[in-house]
Amino acid sequence: MSSAISVSNLYKTYGSGFEALKNINLDIHHGEIFALLGPNGAGKTTLISTICGIVNPTSGTILADGHDILKDYRAARTKIGLVPQELTTDAFETVWNTVSFSRGLFGKPSNPAHIEKILKELTLWDKKDNKIITLSGGMKRRVMIAKALSHEPEILFLDEPTAGVDVELRRDMWNVVRALRESGVTIILTTHYIEEAEQMADRIGVISKGEIILIEEKNELMRSLGKKQLRLQLQEEHKTIPAALAKYGLELTPSGCELIYSYDAHEDKTGIAALLKDLDKAGVGFNDIQTKQSSLEEIFVNLVRERK
Amino acid sequence: MNLYAIRAIYLFEMHRTWRTIMQSIISPVISTSLYFVVFGSAIGGRIPEINGVSYGAFIVPGLVMLSLLTQSISNASFGIYFPKFTGTIYELLSAPVSYFEIVIAYVGAAASKSIILGVIILATAALFVPMRIDHPFVMVLFLVLTAVTFSLFGFIIGIWADGFEKLQLVPLMIVTPLTFLGGSFYSIDMLPPFWRTVTLFNPVVYLISGFRWSFYGVSDVHIGTSLGMTAVFLVVCILIVRWMFKTGYRLKS
Ligand SMILES: Nc1ncnc2c1ncn2[C@@H]1O[C@H](COP(=O)(O)OP(=O)(O)OP(=O)(O)O)[C@@H](O)[C@H]1O
Ligand SMILES: [Mg+2]
Repeated sequence: MSSAISVSNLYKTYGSGFEALKNINLDIHHGEIFALLGPNGAGKTTLISTICGIVNPTSGTILADGHDILKDYRAARTKIGLVPQELTTDAFETVWNTVSFSRGLFGKPSNPAHIEKILKELTLWDKKDNKIITLSGGMKRRVMIAKALSHEPEILFLDEPTAGVDVELRRDMWNVVRALRESGVTIILTTHYIEEAEQMADRIGVISKGEIILIEEKNELMRSLGKKQLRLQLQEEHKTIPAALAKYGLELTPSGCELIYSYDAHEDKTGIAALLKDLDKAGVGFNDIQTKQSSLEEIFVNLVRERK
Repeated sequence: MNLYAIRAIYLFEMHRTWRTIMQSIISPVISTSLYFVVFGSAIGGRIPEINGVSYGAFIVPGLVMLSLLTQSISNASFGIYFPKFTGTIYELLSAPVSYFEIVIAYVGAAASKSIILGVIILATAALFVPMRIDHPFVMVLFLVLTAVTFSLFGFIIGIWADGFEKLQLVPLMIVTPLTFLGGSFYSIDMLPPFWRTVTLFNPVVYLISGFRWSFYGVSDVHIGTSLGMTAVFLVVCILIVRWMFKTGYRLKS
């Protein structure tokens, strides 16, 4: 079975000569939620726009459910729904009209029952006859999602769907995304909220400076890159780390009251037992112990920093 | 063919017209009617007939053309420029529609509006000046051909324009002068020979002359030449639009 989206050897150089995408190779599986992470200007929007036909690729091929997005654009685009990063809507149209318009544009016969269902799911139903200009920013974002869902796409792109959205709406949105996934829709999203990717995604891709630097199962990523930390609250202030403990690569917090030991929880020998023995020998006493798992955010920041 | 898309765009554009009916229909009708009042009823009676047609009646085809040209251009250029300006064009670019379907829908809508407008203006003119239409079939042909051609031309301007200024520039600086100098208010036979030759380089002359022929059977240039020139302009516009979409000119980066 072909992938939902298959990108190979994709390059994009903008008219200005700026190389925004460099040799992108990416396969999105059917039915997964794929989170694309990366700092500002990494090329996330460029990648999505190229797949959706808004930006011309410089070279490379893109298939959507096996259909070439250039040669067989009709079949490819019919399957795709896009919620762009920027809030752009027809200010003077009503919610109902603009969502119905999108459905027609994507070649589907009108189906008021489907539009009604979407608007209700996105809690836009009581606004259906309002002009878009009268809606708040968060509601406009929901209208854009409704537009993207109007033609029942199999693949949905969400470019920072939760930027500038309050907590409640964000939760609503994730419920919608989960329900879509349940119904078999493949979802590709970008976000700056890493906890979002952590909670929602099946797989995570990291893009930096136009290159994909990592694609991994989220759980795998957390496991393989997830370092744990052991934090010890010391009984007394220390100015330096005793020489006998040098081999552990300890860190002393600036206050001098806390020692940090980083270790890999998946290794057979974490070195914790030995460390505690050696602390005792060196006469370093402590009141409390904590362990902490590094978040995706830390993993991500480390990855991007390594590339610089 | 994505007929649903054509229908959606067409209806969306027509809906925009009703929403802005003052600006898109009523104001051109009123301003054109003023010409009929002034030239047809008020001072028209003091101007001698031209080629056996009273002056008030003589100017009707030219004035209809003037509205048809300017409104076709402004309707179509605004229709495609505005989504580009607000960014909603992303949806059009990501939709399973061919450039041909996009053009049919936008140009079809703009041309429909102009034709409706042209008919209203003609009906209004009939209230003020005595008129006749000798060749109704040719008249309708010219009306439709001109509306489509100049809607296409407006569509090109809408894609080309990267600011509201440019959007206004072409209609204001080029089309209006060409129409006024194209024989709306006079027969080019009335000009000295040198200016007459210069005028023949003005494409609008052929439109107005041909259109007037369909009313009164008199024209400055042969009706066949008029139709031929209009067809040439139509083909040129089609080729430019084709090139624009092929290359993504000013639409895609
Ligand atoms: N039309 C354009 N012409 C030239 N350069 C562009 C164009 N659009 C984007 N870029 C550049 O390409 C790079 C990638 O931009 P892109 O919008 O894809 O980043 P992003 O990862 O989506 O960032 P953000 O998180 O801020 O949305 C940026 O350096 C940007 O300046
Ligand atoms: Mg972006």
